[in-house]
Amino acid sequence: MSKSAYEKVKTARSNSRPTGKNYVDSIFTDFIEMHGDRSFGDDPAIVGGIASLKGMPVTVIACEKGRDAKERIFRNFGAPNPEGYRKALRLMKQAEKFKRPVICFVDTSGAFCGVGAEERGQGQAIAANLMEMMTLKTPVISIVIGEGGSGGALALAVADRVWMLENSVYSVISPEGCASILWKDAGAAKNAAESLKLTADDALGFNVAERVIEEKNIGKKEFYRDLREDLYQEIERLSLLSEEELLDNRYNRFRRLGERQGE
Amino acid sequence: MGFVNFLHKPKNELEKGGRKYPEVQFDEGESTRECPGCKKSVPLSHIWGSKNCCPKCGHHFRMNSRQRLNMTVDKGSFEEMFSDLQAEDFMEFPGYEAKLKTTGDSCREKEAVICGTAEIKGNKCCVFVMEPYFMMGSMGTVVGEKITRIFEYASEKRLPVVGFTVSGGARMQEGILSLMQMAKTSGAVKRHSDKGLLYIAVLTDPTTGGVTASFAMEADIIMAEPGATIGFAGARVIEQTTRKKLPNGFQKSEFLLEHGFIDRIVPRSEQRETLGKLLGYHSSAGDENE
Repeated sequence: MSKSAYEKVKTARSNSRPTGKNYVDSIFTDFIEMHGDRSFGDDPAIVGGIASLKGMPVTVIACEKGRDAKERIFRNFGAPNPEGYRKALRLMKQAEKFKRPVICFVDTSGAFCGVGAEERGQGQAIAANLMEMMTLKTPVISIVIGEGGSGGALALAVADRVWMLENSVYSVISPEGCASILWKDAGAAKNAAESLKLTADDALGFNVAERVIEEKNIGKKEFYRDLREDLYQEIERLSLLSEEELLDNRYNRFRRLGERQGE
Repeated sequence: MGFVNFLHKPKNELEKGGRKYPEVQFDEGESTRECPGCKKSVPLSHIWGSKNCCPKCGHHFRMNSRQRLNMTVDKGSFEEMFSDLQAEDFMEFPGYEAKLKTTGDSCREKEAVICGTAEIKGNKCCVFVMEPYFMMGSMGTVVGEKITRIFEYASEKRLPVVGFTVSGGARMQEGILSLMQMAKTSGAVKRHSDKGLLYIAVLTDPTTGGVTASFAMEADIIMAEPGATIGFAGARVIEQTTRKKLPNGFQKSEFLLEHGFIDRIVPRSEQRETLGKLLGYHSSAGDENE
């Protein structure tokens, strides 16, 4: 029996799920982490660097929520600050320069809501990523592995392909936030989750995602092996496109969402 | 005359340096409104006569998109585009259809942004003005589509874009597709920018959430009205998340200026002048032979 939308939200948030770093360590070899945004600091909520995908150098960027209580605090529960988005963009620009594909693993409840985040321009940091990723001259694949929380997730998902795990969610607002704003009742989150149409299958239906990844073997060796093969093949396919085709396709991929006819 | 001048004496620091108000009559028994800025009661005609600002303290009252347009562009120069596009409740979101009807009826707009071409001090440009009274300027698929189209049109015709933002953020009643409008509009802004064309944004109260995190913060020149709330996360959410008291003036235009995220604070009385001059400086931007 398939899960309800809110059950999927809970599964997506579950502590027992593999986190971003698990994917990085299991899919790639020889990962070398790079730190800092060259401007303010290093955000532990986003892990990035260079790795090998079956011998192909790739730039990897992952949200990391942390595995135990101590690490979760260090990682700010996977909620990035502006310097996290700026680090990600810096590494993407580096990938563009050295013609490496970019692979992002998205798992965040959203960009961090804090005084410092606002002072350092959370909105501007996200906006810059959206704008620059749209014309990044190298293939980009983003995989939503858990929570795809609003603008904070989108800032790592302006990609040529967006894949989502079966129980991952991608939403404009958390069901709790939606319920408290619209119905002044955070308890109505279950209904909000249904109404928001935030599951991977919904995203597929809206053409927001290209593919839903089965979770039958999640965390197991064969799960990562299959994902490694799929990523490699997809990058090979995307590499056949000319730079112009790649960027036109990416632009049109988003251009079509919510497109209207008529004057 | 003397009495009126006395009333209109600028008291706001930002207003120093020759702000002139049109003369307005104060009829006895006229309705008044309490200014949230100086807490004084001000006759409505004085507010209307000062571009919807308080003539005593310069507080900028919220204003609708048509008023703002009339105040900004050359008389009779505005030609509206994409005005037939209308929001649809495609997700059958509870209460959305009724909300669209009531909000549409009350502000007599079909969506939360109006777009078109106009001239500002003789400079031809594309304009978009968001509408605070239509679901607090929230961005759903139609707002995203209209903003995208105006940037695409401006790219094609090689025109600058002047945009006024006011928004509570992405419209949750349209779910994930609302969120995607952030990427879609950003793509259109980027293509316009890559052609060497100018985009000026004027952020007005409030500009928050998904609009701040997309086209509001992507302009070449970002101006803001005095005292406007501009930010990504809502102040209440931040207070609840961090359990800390927020600093004074948090997320106000002046706060953003101090932190380096906007170019200038420009009061309404000076916006037309400033826009006209900036457009003039960039009159050869994006020329094909460059």
